[in-house]
Amino acid sequence: MTTTLWLTIGLLTLGTFVIKAAGPAALGRRELPAWALPVIALLPAVLLSALIAYDAFGGSEGLHVDAKLAGIGAAVTAVALKAPMTVVMIVAAVATALTRLVVA
Amino acid sequence: MSATVRAGVRRGMPVFPATVALGVSFGVLAVPLMGVVAPVLMSAIVYAGGSQFAAVGVLAGGGGAFAASGAGLLMNGRFLPMGFAFAPAFRGGRAWRAVQGQAVIDAAMVLGRDEDGTYDRKLLFGISATQFVGWVGGTALGVFAGENLPDPDAFGLDAIFPAFYIALLGSELHRVRARVAAVLAVGVVLAGSAFMPPGVPVVAAAAVALIGLIPERGGGEDSGPEKEETA
Repeated sequence: MTTTLWLTIGLLTLGTFVIKAAGPAALGRRELPAWALPVIALLPAVLLSALIAYDAFGGSEGLHVDAKLAGIGAAVTAVALKAPMTVVMIVAAVATALTRLVVA
Repeated sequence: MSATVRAGVRRGMPVFPATVALGVSFGVLAVPLMGVVAPVLMSAIVYAGGSQFAAVGVLAGGGGAFAASGAGLLMNGRFLPMGFAFAPAFRGGRAWRAVQGQAVIDAAMVLGRDEDGTYDRKLLFGISATQFVGWVGGTALGVFAGENLPDPDAFGLDAIFPAFYIALLGSELHRVRARVAAVLAVGVVLAGSAFMPPGVPVVAAAAVALIGLIPERGGGEDSGPEKEETA
C-alpha cells in the first residue's frame, strides 16, 4: 500500500505540473488569437458545470444517484438565494446528511 | 492598469473558508486510507482538489497507482485549456511561464479577471496563495478530525465538493450563452459517462466552449473579450 500510495502521489504531482505548464510554455510570449477569446470566456461555465455533473451523477463509479443529489439541489437553491459560499456548502452537507438519515 | 497581489488576496478571502471546508472534507476522507502525513503533503504538492478526490477514490476501491494517478490526471485535463487562457497573463521565458502556470486553479478562473475580462497574473498569484493556505491547512484539520470520525458520509461531507463548484459557477451564468454552454456541458458529461472511461467526460465537455466561435447577434450585454472580436 505504501509504495502504491507514494507512486500515486508522485505521478499525480508530475502529471499535474506538466498539464498546468503546457499552455503557458507552448504559447510563450505570443498573444492568444482573437477567435480564442470568446471560447475562453465560456470555459469557466463549461468546466465548472461539467465537474459538478460528473461528481453529482456518480463520477468514476458510473452513472448513479444517491443522497448527495439532495445536497446538490440544496446548494443550487442556496446559490439562487445569493447565500455566501460557506453557507452553500454547509447547506449541501446538512441536506445530504439528513437525506441519508431518512432514506437509509 | 495592472492589479496587485494584495488585490488578489482580497478577492480570494471570501472563498478562503470554503476552501478550508473543502480541504477538511478531503482530509477526513483520505486519512483512513493514507494516514496523517500523505494527504497533507499531497495537498501541498499536487494542489488540485478534484484530482486528489479522484485518485483517493480509486485507491479506496483497490485500484493501483497507475489507475489512481490516471483518474486524477484526467480530472486535471481541464487545466490544459485553462493554462492557455491564463498564458498571456504571464511574463518571462517559457520555463518561468510554466512555473507561473502552476498557480492556476478553478477559483482563479472565476475571480482572476481584470475589468476588461482578461486574466491577470498578480490577481491569480494572490488568489492562489490564499487558497493554497486554505486547502493545505484544511486538509491538516481534516486529517486530525477524521481520525475520530467513524463515517464521514453520515455528515454529508461528500456534498461539500460539488457545493464548492456550484457556488463558484453561480457568478458565471449571467450571460445566456454561458447558460446554454453549461447545460450542453452537463449533457456531454451525462451522455459520455455511459461509455467513456472515468474522468474523460469532463475533458470532453471542455469542447463545448467552442460554441463561443459562433458569432453572437446583438451582443450589447457582452463584456470584454467578445467586443474585441467584433472591433
